[in-house]
Order: sequence, then structure tokens, then C-alpha cells
Amino acid sequence: MNIVVAMKQIPDLQQIRIRNREPVLDGVPATLGLIDKNALEAAVLLKEEQGGKVIVLSAGNEEVEETVKEALAAGADEGFLILDDELEGADGGVKARVLAEAIKKIDDVGLILFGEGSGDNYSGQVGSRVAELLDLPQVGYASKIEINDNGAVITRSLEDGEEIIETSLPVVVSVLGDINEPRIPSVTQILKAGKKPKEVLELEDLELNLTGLPEIKTLSNLAPETDRKQVKISTVEELIKALKTEGVI
Amino acid sequence: MAVLIYSATPGLALELITAARRIDEAIIAVSINDDSMAAALREAGARTIKINHPQLLIGDTRALAAALKQVADREQTETVFLSSDRRGKELAGRLAQAMGAGCLTDVAAVNLDAGKIECQRNALGGATIATQYVEGAQVIALRPRSYEAAGAGNGSLEEMQAEIKESGLKVVDYKPKAGDRVNIEAAEILVAVGQGLSDEEKLADVQTLAAKLGGEVACSKPVATDKKWLSEERVIGLSGKKCKPQLALLFGISGQVQFTVGIRDARVIAAVNTDENAAINYMADYIMQADLHDVINELNQKL
Repeated sequence: MNIVVAMKQIPDLQQIRIRNREPVLDGVPATLGLIDKNALEAAVLLKEEQGGKVIVLSAGNEEVEETVKEALAAGADEGFLILDDELEGADGGVKARVLAEAIKKIDDVGLILFGEGSGDNYSGQVGSRVAELLDLPQVGYASKIEINDNGAVITRSLEDGEEIIETSLPVVVSVLGDINEPRIPSVTQILKAGKKPKEVLELEDLELNLTGLPEIKTLSNLAPETDRKQVKISTVEELIKALKTEGVI
Repeated sequence: MAVLIYSATPGLALELITAARRIDEAIIAVSINDDSMAAALREAGARTIKINHPQLLIGDTRALAAALKQVADREQTETVFLSSDRRGKELAGRLAQAMGAGCLTDVAAVNLDAGKIECQRNALGGATIATQYVEGAQVIALRPRSYEAAGAGNGSLEEMQAEIKESGLKVVDYKPKAGDRVNIEAAEILVAVGQGLSDEEKLADVQTLAAKLGGEVACSKPVATDKKWLSEERVIGLSGKKCKPQLALLFGISGQVQFTVGIRDARVIAAVNTDENAAINYMADYIMQADLHDVINELNQKL
């Protein structure tokens, strides 16, 4: 049984600067979503127990080929990439179609893992869309995944409780950021990552019709205006006085 | 455009009625296997469709999306509002795909403008707020507590049969969350700590301060996820809670956007930090450059 981990290339959020309320993305390096790394770690742990392969799946512009090395170093066995400049900034509906079509080309897939949300958009819809496109069961917000002879037992962690789900395979699962602690690859693993097998396709290889889908239009995307007072306080007495004047304590 | 609304949580479904009224008076509310929720939706003025089906499990997102799509098809509506809690977000993408719709989740506000439903949501990890709309059929998931629950009205109630396919998924158990059941989103005062807090034992002083102020203790993500000093329930931020307290007292928090997105709606923010250039200082009303442990001790003595 193979495990597919879908990972999204995003701009390194720590390095985004705001100028005149506009985000400046020029020169910001690409990385993989933080929670996607938890999904990868979950896959690698299951593989170490069960065997099979971990295949990292990613769709985006040509930089993805470089970005994904991080995942190959951290335990993925193979890469499956769909590279096309048209995919840069594509919305969840388009990405899901591309990923679902790619998954159909991968043999013996038992689990398809996502992070519960991407680092940049945090919309959390692509995994659910892929599950629908492939007509598979899904479990979101997983805090535990166990594979047994009949399928999988997965804990879905909700706001007020935990739901234990038994499901057949294949299944689409999105994991929580606290499901595990992703490993940090060693220098040797990083050096070897470039040599791991990768299948690289272009969008046209998938023969998808991506026209006529509903589109997300963005009217504006600005940093919120902050009109905080930014008053410097030097003593605790002053702080107490200020908060009393505000009427909040 | 009639708006179809659904949430598995009754209180959130009532909030969706308020949000949907900003778009259209024609609201179709769906309740699944929950007669008391169906009654509450009707009493809040919605035309309510109740689906009771033993094989339709709320935990089976495939079946849930299939049932809601059947309602949308029958009612010929292309606009669905869901709650952006975990169940709602998981459902949103699936239902959108089933309906051939576009989808926006974690939406904090909706406005109708020239036939378009303009949605505000965080983007780029919270660094920006985007105003977006979907061209075509749409599934919009609204953040809990973005709108008040709808008051009383004159609704109606009808039943509908849904066709549910055999599923390979079973919900075998549900365990209510034990232990920490705090709701920091409802707190008027938050005392939040970040990685500047030196050790776990110092949390007792933070708790004392929160108790003195009648508030709750909260934290940045690493304090819960990496250090495990506090529960995930208390995390403020993009993948944690979005809070709007009257006062946020922030100790030892540097102010990365993934954190600030969860607290920037606070009325008053005071930040205590040793770093005079910490990003948090630009979004605080009161800034104190000091050792947080000393400040907490002194506050505990003087309050």
C-alpha cells in the first residue's frame, strides 16, 4: 500500500513584508506548508510500520521541483509533480482537479494525506474536493491514524470532542498540526534527496478540461489598518493606570 | 438567490440565518437527524427542511454533502452558507465539489454588492485581509461568532427524504473533550503568554493574574504545540482561536502574523516584551519593555 501526501508550495510567510498595506512577495523564497509537513511525517511513520512507499504530490510552478526536495529529504520516497506556470496561484477548485487526476495515475494508493489547511490560504478545501472527485470517504482534522487489516481507524478531533472513525481504504485524511513532530532531515538526507525518483508531468499530460469552473475573484488583498496607540509604558503603576483609564480593568 | 444554510451545531446555524438575511430574505435551513434543531430553526424564521435518515451520519462527510446537494438541487439554489467550524470546513470543500461550486471558508463578513456576495477572509497566513467573491455557484463557510444568532420569526417546517449510498465509513465512538474546556473566544480579558515565558512553573503566576482580572489564560501556538504547557484550546492565531476581548495582555509574544491574526480585533492590547523591536509593539496600544516575569509578579501584588 502506498501513501500519497499532497503538499503545497507557499511563500515563506515569515519573509513577507508589507509596504503601503500591500504584501510584497518579490524575492520571498518558496517553502512547503507547515501542517503539510505533519501530514508527511504521519505518512512516513505509517510507512515505517507497514511498508509501501510515501509519494509526495505537488502541483505548482517550476520552482516546486526544488521546493519538494525538503519533503524527499524528510522521508518521502518519490515525488509526483505537476509543473506548470498556469498553476501558480490557481484556486482550490483547479488544484483539486489536478491532484485528483494525478492520484489516479499512482498505483495501489491506500491513504491520501493533506494538512488541515495550507500555510498561506488556510482554506482547507482541497482535500475535501479531492475526496469528492475520487468518490472516496474522508476524515478531516485527524489526531491519530492506525491502519489495520480492514482499513483504518482514525480519530477526528473536533472543537468539543473526538470522533473515532472506522473506514475502508483508500481514504482521504487531513491531519492536525499537533498530530506529530516532523523530523528534521540530516545533511546526508538532504544531499540524497535530489537523487530520489520523481515523476514530472505538465498540465496538458493530464488531459483535464479546466474551463468553465466557478472562479474566485479577489477585489482587494491588503494588510489591515492598525491604528493602535503604541504608547510606551515604563512602570507597572503606569500600566495599571492606563488600563483603568481605558475602562478595561 | 435563496440561501441554503446548514451547520451541525444549532447555535452556529442560527448565526448563519442572520448572515444569510444580509443576502436574501429567502432562507432554507436544513437540519439533519435533529428534531430540536429543526424546531429552533423554524422558530428563528427559516423555512426549515428536516432530513431524518438513520444511515446519514454527520461524521460521514461524503453522505452529508450528498444529502445537502439533493436539497440544493431540489430547491434550485446555488448559494450555500455553512459554519466554518471544523465539521463545516471539512464539509465545505466536498459540497462545493459536488455542486460544481466555488468555495470560500473562514469568512468573517459577507456583503451583497450588485448581486455578488463579497466575503472578507484572512489571506497570506493572516498578513492580509482579502475581499473576494465567487463567480458562479458558491459555498461559503462563516467563522463562528461573526454574526449574532437570529431572533424569533415565523418559519415553517417540512420533511424531505434523502438518498444515501452505502458507505465504507462508520462512526464507532464519540468522546466529549475531557479536561480543559475553556472558551477563550468568549473571554473579555485574555492574559496570553508566548515563548518569552521562561518555564512551565511560572504559569501559576500567569493564572493568578488572569483570575484576578476575571479573564482567561491564552498562548501563542508554540507554547501549546511544542512545549505542551497549555492545551490547544488556548491557542490564539490562524490555526487557533480568533478572539475579540476588551483587553489582551500579551507577555513574551513576538507577534508573528499567524498569532496577531487571532487577536487584532481586541479593543485594547498591552504587550510586555524584552525586545523593543518586536513586531507585536506595532499593534499594541501599550508597550512595556521589561521582563515579563517581574511585571506579572508586580501586577499580582498591586491588583
